[in-house]
Amino acid sequence: MIHARGLTKRFGEFTAVDGIDVDVLRGEAFGFLGPNGAGKSSTMRMIGCVSPPSAGTLRILGMDPAADGPAIRARLGVVPQQDTLDLELTVRENLLIYGRYFGLSRALVRERADELLDFVQLTDRAKDKVEPLSGGMKRRLTIARSLINDPEILLLDEPTTGLDPQARHTLWDRLFRLKQRGVTLVLTTHYMDEAEQLCDRLVVMDKGRFVAEGSPRELIARYSTREVLELRFRADEDISVYGEKLAGLVERIEVLPDRLLLYTDNGDRTTEEVHARGVRPAGTLVRRSTLEDVFLRLTGRTLVD
Amino acid sequence: MTAATREPSRPTRDGSAGLLARVIALPPISPRRAGYLVERTWLITRHTWLIIVSGFFEPLFYLLSIGIGIGALVGTVTVDGQLLDYTVFVAPGLLASSAMNGAVYDSTFNIFFKLKYAKTYDAILSTPMSAADTAAGEITWALLRGMFYSAAFLLVMLALGLVASPWALLALPACLLIGFAFAAVGMAATTYMRGWQDFSFVNLAVMPMFLFATTFYPLSTYPEPLQWVVACTPLYHAVELVRGLTIGLVDASLVVHVAYLAVMGLLGLRVAAGRLEKLLLR
Repeated sequence: MIHARGLTKRFGEFTAVDGIDVDVLRGEAFGFLGPNGAGKSSTMRMIGCVSPPSAGTLRILGMDPAADGPAIRARLGVVPQQDTLDLELTVRENLLIYGRYFGLSRALVRERADELLDFVQLTDRAKDKVEPLSGGMKRRLTIARSLINDPEILLLDEPTTGLDPQARHTLWDRLFRLKQRGVTLVLTTHYMDEAEQLCDRLVVMDKGRFVAEGSPRELIARYSTREVLELRFRADEDISVYGEKLAGLVERIEVLPDRLLLYTDNGDRTTEEVHARGVRPAGTLVRRSTLEDVFLRLTGRTLVD
Repeated sequence: MTAATREPSRPTRDGSAGLLARVIALPPISPRRAGYLVERTWLITRHTWLIIVSGFFEPLFYLLSIGIGIGALVGTVTVDGQLLDYTVFVAPGLLASSAMNGAVYDSTFNIFFKLKYAKTYDAILSTPMSAADTAAGEITWALLRGMFYSAAFLLVMLALGLVASPWALLALPACLLIGFAFAAVGMAATTYMRGWQDFSFVNLAVMPMFLFATTFYPLSTYPEPLQWVVACTPLYHAVELVRGLTIGLVDASLVVHVAYLAVMGLLGLRVAAGRLEKLLLR
């Protein structure tokens, strides 16, 4: 569905996407993960045929965006990072006019609009203006809008950023149903739970490059351990001392300002060993390793704006 | 507007005609797709029709105040040796100016908002619509709106007995051409605007033209060097074209006015489409 080799995007001196290779298969849910500025959105814009690549090959649905942009876009659905709904129009009108941009007949657009409003649970708001809708509703409307042309590939740029937990779960549920219907999903996110929920396969991007690639489970297995033991200490204690004391106990120890993270395959056994070495933390927590651990390991803990 | 899908022009003939053809060669525009954008604005207008109707009154108020009020003091004006009632003289000037004002307003403030804040075009360009389709669609809407105002104003002129010739029928397409020229250039200018403060430049261009480009008095009022300056402004050509038609003074100079406005519009459209592409398809 999507095939890229050496795909590059430069803005003047700045290289946003630095020669990535990627293949997305039909029916797959593929995720781009990464901190802000990693090049996720630039990649999505190139795939969406609204940003010409600076170098490399890009084929979408077997076509070249440079030559067949309109024909490709006709078969894509796009959910941009920020909602770009027509605020002066009603919920239903937003769908109607968007469908028209694809050259669909008024009758077909009306039929699909009603189906989609039902699908995103906005039927009772159909005649309302968009402006007063909640963030979650606007997002659902944007998703409905992106489906008006019955796309083969749906591009979602941070689909649930800024939404409350209920709204996020509703959205995930809808996206999951789309996937079951065979729509190829390509999404960017920096929510690890979102990536774990939705993606069959994902890449972690940092500074325009892929730093890891695989299924969520593979990535956890490769870059983290099965479990993580978190040891919390009182604020007045010098944690690095404990870090040295526990050195060599597990494969990897991370020293944070208020706690130690011990990457281990058996959290409970490690806890016993910690006690055996005479370390008495204020609190311990054994949890399953998540993509978040992978992500932070690969892209670092430094704040990126 | 009747811009059909065009092939990018090939460098063909030598000389200025060939050069001109190359300079104003438009990217391909699909009239059907441009039409979808008109449909969008029409949908919005159904919610905000009062604003549209209100735009009709401005030139009407000018006509009543300047045309009839000041006209009573001025009496008559001589144009090409022909003695004209001042109201008859000034009405086509106001008609042409309002065609300009409407087009400029639509293509600057409205478009800027959609471009920078509403991100309307970002959403549209992720569909099969192209930047050129979008530009053409927006300009077409500005024209339709302008045509509504012009037709209404012409009817008022007719009712007040200010139309001196059947040529006045052509004033309506003339106003469409004026609208096209100014909307295209206005839109092109808007793509260069950085913030709202830049819009003072729009007023700086439009206001003096409105006051000095023979809307209110004939070109012969100026000393000769100034006449040349005024004759370069687009509104001068717009006013003279419409005035020639409504007072029935039809001669070859009208062709020059038409050509001036047509080239201005095509250049504007080309720049606008190119710039939109640059701004939005980065």
